[in-house]
Amino acid sequence: MFDLSILFPAVLNGLTTGAVYALVALGLTLIYGVLHIINFAHGAALMVALYGVYFLRAQFGLDPYLALPVMVPAMFALGYGLQRVVINRASHGKDENILLVTLGLSIVLENLALLAFRSDTRTIETAYTLATVPIGPAMIAVPKLAACAGALVASAVLLWIVRRTDLGRAIRAVAREKHGARLMGINVEHVYAMSFGIGLACLGAAACFLLPAYYVNPLVGNGFVLVAFTIVVLGGMGSFAGALLGGLLIGVVESLGGLWLGESLGQIGIFLIFIAVLLLRPQGLFGARA
Amino acid sequence: MSSNRRDFLSHSAAAASALAFPLVAGAQPKPVRIGVLHPVTGALAYSGQQCREGALMAIEDINKAGGIKALGGAKIEALLGDAQSTPQAGTAEIEKMNEAGVSAVVGAFASAICLATTQAAAKYGLPHVVDVGVADQIVERGLKNTFRFGPGYKKCAEIAVANLHVLNTAAGKPAKTVMVIHEESLFGSGTAQLLTRELPGYGYEVKEVIKHANPTRDFNNIVLRMKAVNPDIVIPANYYNEYALLVRTMQQQKVMPKAIYSVLGGAASSYKFVKEFPDAANGIIDCNHWFNPKDKRSADLKKRAEAKGLFFSYELFMTYTSMRLLADAIERAKSVDRAAITAALESSTYSDHIMPYGPTRFVNGQNQGAQPLMTQVAKGDIKVIIPRDYREIDPVFPLKA
Repeated sequence: MFDLSILFPAVLNGLTTGAVYALVALGLTLIYGVLHIINFAHGAALMVALYGVYFLRAQFGLDPYLALPVMVPAMFALGYGLQRVVINRASHGKDENILLVTLGLSIVLENLALLAFRSDTRTIETAYTLATVPIGPAMIAVPKLAACAGALVASAVLLWIVRRTDLGRAIRAVAREKHGARLMGINVEHVYAMSFGIGLACLGAAACFLLPAYYVNPLVGNGFVLVAFTIVVLGGMGSFAGALLGGLLIGVVESLGGLWLGESLGQIGIFLIFIAVLLLRPQGLFGARA
Repeated sequence: MSSNRRDFLSHSAAAASALAFPLVAGAQPKPVRIGVLHPVTGALAYSGQQCREGALMAIEDINKAGGIKALGGAKIEALLGDAQSTPQAGTAEIEKMNEAGVSAVVGAFASAICLATTQAAAKYGLPHVVDVGVADQIVERGLKNTFRFGPGYKKCAEIAVANLHVLNTAAGKPAKTVMVIHEESLFGSGTAQLLTRELPGYGYEVKEVIKHANPTRDFNNIVLRMKAVNPDIVIPANYYNEYALLVRTMQQQKVMPKAIYSVLGGAASSYKFVKEFPDAANGIIDCNHWFNPKDKRSADLKKRAEAKGLFFSYELFMTYTSMRLLADAIERAKSVDRAAITAALESSTYSDHIMPYGPTRFVNGQNQGAQPLMTQVAKGDIKVIIPRDYREIDPVFPLKA
């Protein structure tokens, strides 16, 4: 079944879904793409952020978008603390240890959530949860459009931090030559923890944009981890523009795949594109050649 | 003061008599322990919690009315279990309930969970009354311990398709094409399979069958495909959350088929859905578990459920009646022995219920009189349209010319 009349709405729907994916992947771009920390707890951290937004709404009636000033610093603090207290200490700076520690961390976080919140799938209702705006022949959900705007702003902010601030310069220095940076007086542990904090702060923002049209349960992050890693590699390691465009591309591919291959096979396209890009452009869409 | 003195004397007398005859309390018959097993957490939590409430309301009624009289007024005691919306967790709960020495189990709502829990209970000869679980495999495996009070999906699909044809023919056959949207587990897949087998025989073309996961939070793609296929009839077969979201997305995307005609629709016959989304729900026809609207006790039970802040959903009254069926069997078995209860269920003629089934008669664990009713949402309420014996309003079909 191939019908061009629904192609435009499907592409738009894919772009807006992709923006949400990009939001989730931006934090990982900094953590994995720049600092090469393989953070398997990224999905679990997203789940924690989603619960945070959910409870701010359920307990205090706080609108998810108004929760941004609460969730972003809270997730930053969590990220900074986790890197400083758990990941750094337990891994002794070895990559393979970091991988195992973050994997363990994700299992612990998921099970703590299971213990605290049970396995219920929770959703929130807002005035705009089901609101749509017509764009040509398509009806696009308002929360998804907001997520698009959020993804654009978040990428711009991250790009500014990395390119224009002292912290950004320190992050780039540590990413390129850790020991050299230490010799130049840069507090490497602090830079790592700040990067991890910023990465998780992005998830705090992602959760605020995601929850109005999504759900939360203890395993909700799992569906995003693989997609986020794919986007980081696809866009080019450490490229924020690449993450944004990679996310949008993945969203469109998934949407069209779901449309013509069926919901269950929709995600196949993501990995076919991923393999194709890696074969043709190993450095990713926006990555620099090594 | 005198009233205080009277109170004091009466309380003292009561306390004294209790102390003087300590055996009186000891002579209370042992309670009958029943496993109440449902997915009260996970993707099916809402339905599972509704089922549990139904079971607890039935136990409350039975105990208030004097318990199991054949056992000296023994009270029923529920051992609550959570299947966490997965068959594995359901099986683990059966193991625990068996260890705890329950006499029987009522549950476990979802087909895939019931399939696992009945099998696990069969190992211990533990009678298991299935409250909802519509997959026919549940009662087709020759398990002696398994009894389903309600209808299976084969019967529901057959009745739904036959009635669709009656409605369509009466309206001058405006509907010719169908699209089926179903959840991916045993219930949805099995129902969809039956529908796609039955519909062509009546002259309907099944344009597309779409499967989705639980939970699904974005139905835009599915609704876009619906737009492209443009079916006359959309048949959803899924659980509450996904059903509600699908219909809301259809409304959002302005997709209006001639009818939304559900088979065991998760939200189509739900007062919760009708209350929360009156516009989206209006006119939806559903072939589903439904009570006898002409039985006054149905309205009483509905009032009681609502007084507890609950919606009177099919989960609630199906589990309520299943628990009463089991209590009736224990009454006639005059025993808490599992084999005796199983034998009493096999020969059950229980008819003191609010379902449109008539007297109970089990053949291979399936109640032969069980049948779904056809309902339609009209003016913010759910009314029976078919069969005529239970009809409350005339059907409106098609919704859109």
